[in-house]
Amino acid sequence: MDPIFLVEAAINGILLGGVLAVLALGLNLIFGVLDIVWIAYVDLVMLAMYAFYFMVQGHGWSVWVAGPATLVVGALLGIAVHLLIISPILTSAPINQLLATGGLLFFLQSFATFLWTTDHRSVRLSLPSVEIGGIFLPFTRVIPFAISILAMLALYLFLRHTYIGTAIRAVSQDRDAMALMGANPQRVYVVTSAVGGAMAGLAATLLSFQYSVHPFFGGQFGPLTFMICVLGGLGNMVGAFVASFVMSEIIAIGGVMFSTEMGYVIAFVVFIVVMFARPGGILARRE
Amino acid sequence: MLEVRRVTAGYGAFTALWDVSLTVAAGEAVAVVGPNGAGKTTLMRVISGLVPSRGGELVFEGTPLTGRRAHQIVAHGIAHVPEGRRIFPGLTVAENLKMGAFLPPARRAYRQSLERVYGLFPVLAERRAQRAGSLSGGEQQMLAIGRALMSRPKLILLDEPSMGLAPVMVFRLFDLIRRVRAEGYTILVVEQNVRQVLKLVDRAYLLEVGRIRMEGRAELLSEQDFVRKAYMGL
Repeated sequence: MDPIFLVEAAINGILLGGVLAVLALGLNLIFGVLDIVWIAYVDLVMLAMYAFYFMVQGHGWSVWVAGPATLVVGALLGIAVHLLIISPILTSAPINQLLATGGLLFFLQSFATFLWTTDHRSVRLSLPSVEIGGIFLPFTRVIPFAISILAMLALYLFLRHTYIGTAIRAVSQDRDAMALMGANPQRVYVVTSAVGGAMAGLAATLLSFQYSVHPFFGGQFGPLTFMICVLGGLGNMVGAFVASFVMSEIIAIGGVMFSTEMGYVIAFVVFIVVMFARPGGILARRE
Repeated sequence: MLEVRRVTAGYGAFTALWDVSLTVAAGEAVAVVGPNGAGKTTLMRVISGLVPSRGGELVFEGTPLTGRRAHQIVAHGIAHVPEGRRIFPGLTVAENLKMGAFLPPARRAYRQSLERVYGLFPVLAERRAQRAGSLSGGEQQMLAIGRALMSRPKLILLDEPSMGLAPVMVFRLFDLIRRVRAEGYTILVVEQNVRQVLKLVDRAYLLEVGRIRMEGRAELLSEQDFVRKAYMGL
């Protein structure tokens, strides 16, 4: 095989990894603070993709307006999930919380099918490609990658340098102690859910550049996102970031060497092997 | 300054405190001593709002605080240094102190408070960029106290400050608490190290199986078999 294909696949892997990392960081942020995995996280992305689609195709909005609007839609969805589903059962057994967000997944899929049928809908953005040394880089991948890196940088600065961002990290380490500092835990949860939801809204916009939306879109990226979070260590933001690129590289390179399906098979095998060797994730500290 | 009136509290079917009453006047240092499981920590958690009381009243500077949640009580000027220190291990020393000044009024005075805390505990200034989890036990306790001071409290609740510390460090820590006191803070302290703590405070209460058994001036109490009782848990 021409090595240029491998290089191209490796670059495509990096480009996909950026968007996956946005998804994984959003899910992981919520888990770190609330100790709950939102099973329906990527189904919120699906809803936000419909929102983006209707803004662009239905109302003719520019993507530069629809994108930020979708981010806001995501943040509102995040707040709604927290207030309507998580908050009432915050003190009940973790399995109930997991089941509740799992129930939300089926609800959202059925609801979307009911409203919009199972048709695949695409915003059909036609963007050019750039050619660098014989490698074609489509803008539909380069732009989402660049935006996802900027968004993660913004998230990093938010968590690192603002009071509420530092409080979010503090709550993930000790919930009660942060209440003793005067932070209302409920407020920290709402802000965290809004930020996690905004990440879902952003991912929805970026994924719309390449993928069409349908009610079962969550099945395409949901399991992969959970796998990345677990591989990086649940709640570990740096781990999730690294794991996103590890997984997207395996899928991209495995995809050109064998087939797309085989790429996913290899990724899941690597995941299982790593989980046996390092159950706490790739960046877990050794005991 | 602080009045706890006939407070009852517990967890589930278990009642840890029965009709406990206690007062702390402004500028005073008061200790609550007693054997393990007497309810000392529960009492502190009720005052700071982490555990809801089931009966009785909590009044601070004339304001009723009964039923308020922890994050609301801090705003009234009560800072709780919890048992086991409970610093944020993954945050740096400076970030821990910043979280202590989370509330807007404390945030405005952040610079001054920080200087004051670094003045009291110079080792925290040296280690400001270090992860708090990497500090020694004694340093972590200083950080926990420093973090509480950052909220600019009037009353500080200290729960077992000497727990888990080496004997040498225990002496140093009591010295430091004395200095914190000299800065004009009112202190309510729970301690197993009875002999040490009675040298520090003005008055003390003996708590046994959820009830106050004795109360009085520290120097008088240490004469009685009170100390021995609390020590041995008899």
